[in-house]
Amino acid sequence: MKNPSIDTHPLADEVGHEPLLAVDNLHVEFVTRQGIVRAVNGVSYTVNAGESLAVLGESGSGKSVTAQAIMGILDMPPARIPKGEIRFRGTDMLKLSDQARSQIRGQRIAMIFQDALSALNPVFTVGWQISEMFRVHRGMSKRDGMKKAIELMDRVRIPAAKQRVNDYPHQFSGGMRQRIMIAMSIALDPEVLIADEPTTALDVTVQAQIMELLAELQRESNMGLILITHDLGVVADVADKIAVMYAGRIVEHAPVHDLYKTPAHPYSKGLLDSIPRVDQKGQELYAIKGLPPNLLDMPSGCAFHPRCPYRRDNCVTDVPPLYEISGTRGSACHYYREVLDGTLG
Amino acid sequence: MGRYVIRRLLQAIPVLLGTTFLIFAIVYALPGDPLQALAGEKRVDPVFAATLREQFHLNEPLIVRYGYYLRDIVSGNFGTTFRGLPVSTIFEGKFQVTFKLSITALIFEAIIGVGLGLWAALRRGRWEDKGILAITLLMVSVPTLVSGFVLQLVLGVKLKQSTGIDFFPVAGVQDGVRSYLLPGFVLAMVSIAYLTRLTRTSLMETLRADYVRTAVAKGMPRRRVLGRHALRNSLIPMVTYLGADLGTLMGGAVITETIFNLPGIGQQLFQSVYLRENPVVVGIVTVLVLIYILANLVVDLLYAVLDPRIRYE
Repeated sequence: MKNPSIDTHPLADEVGHEPLLAVDNLHVEFVTRQGIVRAVNGVSYTVNAGESLAVLGESGSGKSVTAQAIMGILDMPPARIPKGEIRFRGTDMLKLSDQARSQIRGQRIAMIFQDALSALNPVFTVGWQISEMFRVHRGMSKRDGMKKAIELMDRVRIPAAKQRVNDYPHQFSGGMRQRIMIAMSIALDPEVLIADEPTTALDVTVQAQIMELLAELQRESNMGLILITHDLGVVADVADKIAVMYAGRIVEHAPVHDLYKTPAHPYSKGLLDSIPRVDQKGQELYAIKGLPPNLLDMPSGCAFHPRCPYRRDNCVTDVPPLYEISGTRGSACHYYREVLDGTLG
Repeated sequence: MGRYVIRRLLQAIPVLLGTTFLIFAIVYALPGDPLQALAGEKRVDPVFAATLREQFHLNEPLIVRYGYYLRDIVSGNFGTTFRGLPVSTIFEGKFQVTFKLSITALIFEAIIGVGLGLWAALRRGRWEDKGILAITLLMVSVPTLVSGFVLQLVLGVKLKQSTGIDFFPVAGVQDGVRSYLLPGFVLAMVSIAYLTRLTRTSLMETLRADYVRTAVAKGMPRRRVLGRHALRNSLIPMVTYLGADLGTLMGGAVITETIFNLPGIGQQLFQSVYLRENPVVVGIVTVLVLIYILANLVVDLLYAVLDPRIRYE
């Protein structure tokens, strides 16, 4: 599994300049009764201040596990990180003490979760949960914390924030709950915000509003944003660059418009082709055949080969490295040139 | 909140009526003539028996007798025994003994059960957890009849013999609170085991919840994540069990009271069933049912305090 190009930071935008957050050759595995599950196999990506990175992939691709490793909220054991670095402003957080780590968590790197109903504590008011950030981390009084909570609820545009601050999560709609989650995460002006499928549990119209809100907050505060999703449609307007993950690895990374226009990996191409489009109404929708691989029993060679419509013989035997296409693009496909040209078939 | 309380109080009325009627019917459906039981082998004077039957409405249909009984209960009168003794005189002092015993047991249960359960959950899969599970299994498997006598002998008699100090009195109630320690623990043992396991499961489930992960991601200290975010949510099943268990403990006090010779209601109930003192039996069980319903009411109200989702439904 040696992959030379991964060890240099392929996503570093500014060479020689340390990015805000850099995940570098990260490996995460879970020890289970059935054996060791390698959930993340050498993932590298970077985010700069004011930049947004979309991490795209199916369930089990390792995108959420990577995020949890950044936050330091993986359950260890069963999880362990045998290799890799997660550098925040140049410091490898994996080498920090628990104490130092908890000073970053929530305050400088914050996270939003998928299902706000289960991610918010049902027995405390939303005001209590937001103001907890100020009370615990900033030593504020209850009253001042509540004032801050109302301000934040205003900022994420919850109507009648002052009246609703003492309501409980179950009294809000799905979209409003996610706004509360966002308010809580940006409470202490974090430098990096990780949003793990923030719109998956929401209606389409509400999805757009939440994405808009995230983009706006990011512009205002110049945060680095990591947007984890399995929905290509969601990220187009918000993300600057995309990293596509498959079976614990990044298979393609590119500026968002390049990837949309000319995908360089058969998997990205498959994902794009499976988005329903109005101008193709009446035609059968494309679907990637087969299922994501079992992480306990990974296919040989390229992990995508059993599902790849362009498979060649060496795909079954040779693991493709992350080929550098340009300074900002990379693809882990032996035939990325042909995929780019559309000459492979 | 106010409407919730009123609704819960109103719901208690049909439950009380239903249970008391059932008890009444079952006790009086027992075969044999209670008046004959009173006289033993001797012949009962028919005139005297007829007078008693008239006095206790024994010739009326069951439902009518239940009506009379309810009327008396509402006015605070538990009736008289066939011997002519007021039932309330028989109760005197006995409910207090059983109540003190049950409360002692409940306190033991809450402290030890919750404590062991939390410890096991936090040390999940390690030797502490396995040890606690093994101990609870032992506690459930050994009947009170055995554990009671063993503890009485070891902690009561032998300990006093070897140290000369009477740590745990083995019989009677003349030593105040200390008299209740050993019997209270014996009575609580099975419940401690159940509560330990319940607490363990409940906390382990809560620890896996998304909102606990959120609290960690917010950078909250571990103590706070456990003590505020997780514990508050896992308290709900524990409170239910404790509340419902007060009734079970009071009913289960019969054996413990006998072992430790405590003059409580359990002993009285056993005696009265034996002697066919129906008014006493029905009276005791009615009071027990009342306590049970009250305890459940308190649990339901505590629910509303602990879980806002119930409060606003």
